[in-house]
Amino acid sequence: MENQYEAIWKELGLNLENHAGLLGVLSDAYINIYMAQKNRPKGMEYFDFVVSEVHGLRIKEVYEAKESGRPIVGAFCVYVPEELVLAVDGVCIGLCAGAEVGSEEAEKFIPRNTCALIKGFMGFKLAGLCPYVELTDLIVGETTCDGKKKAYEIFNEITKKVYVMEIPNMKGPKGRELWESEVFRFREKMEALSGKKVTVEGLQKGMALVNAKRKALQRLSALRAADPAPISGLDALLVNQISFYDDPVRFTQMTNALCDELEERVKSGAGVAAKGAKRLLVSGSPMAIPNWKLHAIVEGSGAVIVGEEACIGERNFRDLSDENFATVEEGIAKMAGRYLSIDCACFTPNDERLGNINAMTGRLSADGVIHYSLQFCTPYMMEAFKVEKSVNRPFLKIETDYSMEDFGQLRTRVEAFLEIL
Amino acid sequence: MRTLGIDIGSRYIKAALVADGKLISFDRRETSCEPLESCRSILGDMGADRVMATGYGRHLLEVHGDIPTVTEIKAFARGAREFFPACRTVIDIGGQDTKVISLDVEGRVRKFEMNDRCAAGTGKFLEVMARTLGYDLAEFGALPADEEEEVRISSMCTVFAESEVVSLIARGVSRSRIAKSINQAVAARVAGMVKRFPVEEEIVFAGGCAHSPLLRGMLEKSLGKKLFVPSVPEITGALGAALCAVQESA
Ligand code: SF4
Ligand code: SF4
Repeated sequence: MENQYEAIWKELGLNLENHAGLLGVLSDAYINIYMAQKNRPKGMEYFDFVVSEVHGLRIKEVYEAKESGRPIVGAFCVYVPEELVLAVDGVCIGLCAGAEVGSEEAEKFIPRNTCALIKGFMGFKLAGLCPYVELTDLIVGETTCDGKKKAYEIFNEITKKVYVMEIPNMKGPKGRELWESEVFRFREKMEALSGKKVTVEGLQKGMALVNAKRKALQRLSALRAADPAPISGLDALLVNQISFYDDPVRFTQMTNALCDELEERVKSGAGVAAKGAKRLLVSGSPMAIPNWKLHAIVEGSGAVIVGEEACIGERNFRDLSDENFATVEEGIAKMAGRYLSIDCACFTPNDERLGNINAMTGRLSADGVIHYSLQFCTPYMMEAFKVEKSVNRPFLKIETDYSMEDFGQLRTRVEAFLEIL
Repeated sequence: MRTLGIDIGSRYIKAALVADGKLISFDRRETSCEPLESCRSILGDMGADRVMATGYGRHLLEVHGDIPTVTEIKAFARGAREFFPACRTVIDIGGQDTKVISLDVEGRVRKFEMNDRCAAGTGKFLEVMARTLGYDLAEFGALPADEEEEVRISSMCTVFAESEVVSLIARGVSRSRIAKSINQAVAARVAGMVKRFPVEEEIVFAGGCAHSPLLRGMLEKSLGKKLFVPSVPEITGALGAALCAVQESA
């Protein structure tokens, strides 16, 4: 059967055979992990639909946006100011990859012991499996961890469209100055790419869209504090993953609709897990779609995940940009400041993160913390030691990647951890 | 009431039958490629009112027999306490993973460490190395501890260590000297895991590898502490599971 999107995939140069295989695996995983859950909110139907159309309808939309002249920008980090992309009427897409795909291809360019996220995005591109990468006009990298920095050089040789923002290592006055100038440089880049000027109205519109999305995600996060939890960690993680590639207006509207439903659940005391089920906070490296491994293990063992202290999670929406400004310069400066409040482990020192984790465990009444690092992700692996000392609750440290090899072993560790709680 | 604990490991399935809180019999079979069959025949042979499964394959029985499970962490903690009521730390060097469990005064699991995914420092590692050197596991463990000087085995990866061993043999280093160095490397690694939390005594060395006097001696030396070994160390987990089943029905 000819898929209705096949023409687009072909035009984008995807490897159709591999691609069909990938979609098959994805949909099996989704059915096994997501559709098997009980008591899901009705509002998740929209997100199920978006996942099923991840390389379908959404690609068509982005394709049409591109046809109509809107610039398509891909990014790998929550430091990339989406507001500026939207200010010139662009489309911003998160390109992080959460599946082990094309590792062999990737290993021709990068070492085996590279974090799975980097290997994943290289692999997706090299195996001809990511329509989003092909649709982008610009791919924005950033100087965060060493693995990404070097990978962008290679990614640029392959795609010829990588632009790198310099992110400081420290947040002192010099670092702030550097970052602000980088955001201004990005504005020029966006203007050149789109042929449009960033205006006060444009910037305000971009900020309003992004802030509205963040507010909807904040609302979702706040609702997870209820006991029983009104939504599973798996579902909430999915909503967060989807926030990186869905249309922002529609996404915000549907997330708010989901939250309305969850509010009713909380009022009536309904939830996904039994009242008193063990509640866990997950903290650490980002979990890009379709990385559902840890959540599936934890929730398959009867506990519920109530928050993700991660970039695909709280770090993405904790703070809003200040929409009060009179000039573009003032607006950009304020926005740049907002970004520097993100507590990524690539910074030194990064003590804010410890405070933020403790605030989350308190607010969400978490019984314990699972620290999640992707293997070879030095920044988060190192910070795990500090986190363990500061959390004051039962703590489990996990290092893993996307493969299913260690599924049984992780399950034992997670279940033993739950037995302790 | 008779309760049966069944510990489905990667190499062996161990079973322990408990009546009125006392161990009355036990069994051990190879896991084979039909673990479910082996389990069923043990279940049939031993006849119990309640069963509790543990170990790496525990979910097999949960899915196919509706049998409740505990993790091997909790089962080993419970079993070690039964053998040695003052136990505060458990070391288990199992077929595919090595665990160290720290207990509080009441015997509850406080913290645990497990090796990561590879076979480094596990029973499997010792077995492969013993085979490379032409020993069986019992001979391997019975080698005298001190007579020759050690050679250093730098790699704990099964694959690399194997080639290291082969090149040591080629250089003419004696078999027994290499064997001891391998045991020493495992002991150092496990001791490192133990020291990740404050070491409380008594320390119980459980699991099949505890049969090795050599490894036990080396671990005692690395830790500077005495280790207690159960009479049948390999059934510690199964016994613990059987006792957990008693608790659950109470
Ligand atoms: S963890 Fe750091 S580098 Fe990664 S997305 Fe978050 S802010 Fe960016
Ligand atoms: S997960 Fe860690 S190592 Fe991987 S890209 Fe992000 S910061 Fe770098």
